[in-house]
Amino acid sequence: MAAPDILPPKGVRPPIIGPGQTFGTITDRIAGIVLTKHTPVFWVLVVAFAAALFGMLQTAVAYLLFKGTGIWGITIPIGWGFAIVNFVWWIGIGHAGTLISAILLLFKQTWRTSINRFAEAMTIFAVMQAGLFPLIHTGRPWLAAYWLFPIPNTMGIWPQFRSPLIWDVFAVSTYFTVSFLFWGIGLIPDFATLRDSAKTLVVRRIYGMLAMGWRGSAKHWNRYETAYMLLAGLATPLVLSVHSVVSLDFAVSVVPGWHTTFFPPYFVAGAIYSGFAMVLMLAIPFRYLYGMQDFITLRHLQNSAKVMLATGMIVAYAYGLEMFMGWYSQDKYELAMVNNRLHGPYSFYYYMLILCNILIPQSLWLNSVRSTPWKLFLVAIVVNTGMWLERFVIVVMSLQRDFIPSSWGMYWFTKWDMMIFIGTMGFFTLLFFIFIRLMPAISIFEMRTLIPQAKVKE
Amino acid sequence: MKAGPGPIFGLMAEFETPTELVHAAKGAYAAGYRKMDTYTPYPLEEAAEAIGAHHNRVSLIVLIGAMLGMVGGYSLEYWVSVIAYPINSGGKPFHSWPAFIPVTFECAILGASLAAVFGMLALNGLPQPYHPVFNAPNFVRASKDRFFLCIEAQDPRFSPSDTRKLLESFQPEEITEVPY
Repeated sequence: MAAPDILPPKGVRPPIIGPGQTFGTITDRIAGIVLTKHTPVFWVLVVAFAAALFGMLQTAVAYLLFKGTGIWGITIPIGWGFAIVNFVWWIGIGHAGTLISAILLLFKQTWRTSINRFAEAMTIFAVMQAGLFPLIHTGRPWLAAYWLFPIPNTMGIWPQFRSPLIWDVFAVSTYFTVSFLFWGIGLIPDFATLRDSAKTLVVRRIYGMLAMGWRGSAKHWNRYETAYMLLAGLATPLVLSVHSVVSLDFAVSVVPGWHTTFFPPYFVAGAIYSGFAMVLMLAIPFRYLYGMQDFITLRHLQNSAKVMLATGMIVAYAYGLEMFMGWYSQDKYELAMVNNRLHGPYSFYYYMLILCNILIPQSLWLNSVRSTPWKLFLVAIVVNTGMWLERFVIVVMSLQRDFIPSSWGMYWFTKWDMMIFIGTMGFFTLLFFIFIRLMPAISIFEMRTLIPQAKVKE
Repeated sequence: MKAGPGPIFGLMAEFETPTELVHAAKGAYAAGYRKMDTYTPYPLEEAAEAIGAHHNRVSLIVLIGAMLGMVGGYSLEYWVSVIAYPINSGGKPFHSWPAFIPVTFECAILGASLAAVFGMLALNGLPQPYHPVFNAPNFVRASKDRFFLCIEAQDPRFSPSDTRKLLESFQPEEITEVPY
């Protein structure tokens, strides 16, 4: 266990890397998590628990495939239910990874370096959970291939490219692929480090194959840096497009509460909000359990909190705007939607949403909250709960009461809905912990560039 | 072990700091050596510049990938919506181009990203399971905390004694012959 966090004097920001590090200590500390034979007890416990939840997910999905989506709470008029709520929630969480690795790279925010690797992993694993929901929501995922993708089939039918749902398929699958490439290309030099630091032949061979013969040549680095910067430049508009397209799933329809032009920026801000909350939920236990306080310093936690505060304010503005536009339009269906949120049968969820996403995160204005890991952790949990509620409010409360009162209805989830939702959290945790054990969770080669010795002196 | 064109691959000098490495690389370049490379644990722009390797064709490949993705994506949508499976959807024209933009955009990004990664790997000649520089003793530290300069025996100016003398003038930690 490393030394506890020491808060610097007032007016001085904590460093982005602890003092006294050398190329060797950075390498040994980060590679040591992977190359040790000793598996920590907490790791075994968490993985066992997560694997149990993953088993629950598999059971619930198997039963779903056997019986059909009738085991869920979805019904007409609310045909989307948990599946789409969870889809939007997970895909939103996935957005922080690319924001950290691409956008902050282009803005030369060097503090991103110690959190970008596991934020990218978080993105990939979150998008995997997200992708599961629309797939099983089709009821017959084995047929979904040609429903979703333009795959030649004997019936000669093709996807409808005027539909935002098909845009979503392309956006999410491209996002997954590009995130995976970004993560993979970042890992190559670190796999070479693990190969060269490995103590046994088998381990050396495995990481050797993954490193693909990387030898740190200047010519290679030169092309590598170009490719890396270009990927960052490509991922930046991509990450903004993905949640914009997700929001168009709603906004292109004419349902009251969905049919608004500000949905894309509102969804993107919300995605980054929840993504940074998830980064904190993973970073705070990780740095504590592995003693990584020198690499993931208070500065990283404070900066993440500030990003959350900024995006949270955008989200709060969007909530206000939703209400304002409902009133300003003087459209009776839009007014009814506003009234339904404030006084309808689900108003409790709406007020909880305001509490979780607007009121409680205001505590991030206080430096004492931003600099205390456990307080930040609690705020992050609250924000992620709030973001889930936001998607519930959007999906369920708009579908629940549309234009004709005879087609109004209510939605309640079933135990199968809950088993699958909780199960994806287990699956996510399982993947994340396996990643921490087998791959460097902090980018070793980029950390080396942060210390003073890395600069060439004239 | 495979026999190479010469008795050795080159001479490898090991340095403790990036500054020494860049100084040596500049010196070797000034002495007329061209077939050489530096090996560093993190990207060192100055080293690439010192050995004259700061231009590459990755950007061009990415541009081609983006173009292919863009044209491919739009053509697919046009073919599906106008030729193969025309459906009147809400009275919109079969060729409703504004609705085709999001998928075209995603396909362009996808093409460019695949081109960036696989183009970079191809230009670097990776995956490459064997390379002579790994025979140099202590080369495992090139991925950790040491900086290496290798002048290759294929360079026309290479001579085992003169090249060694030149490298010695840069005061490296160690100079070793790299066998094939």
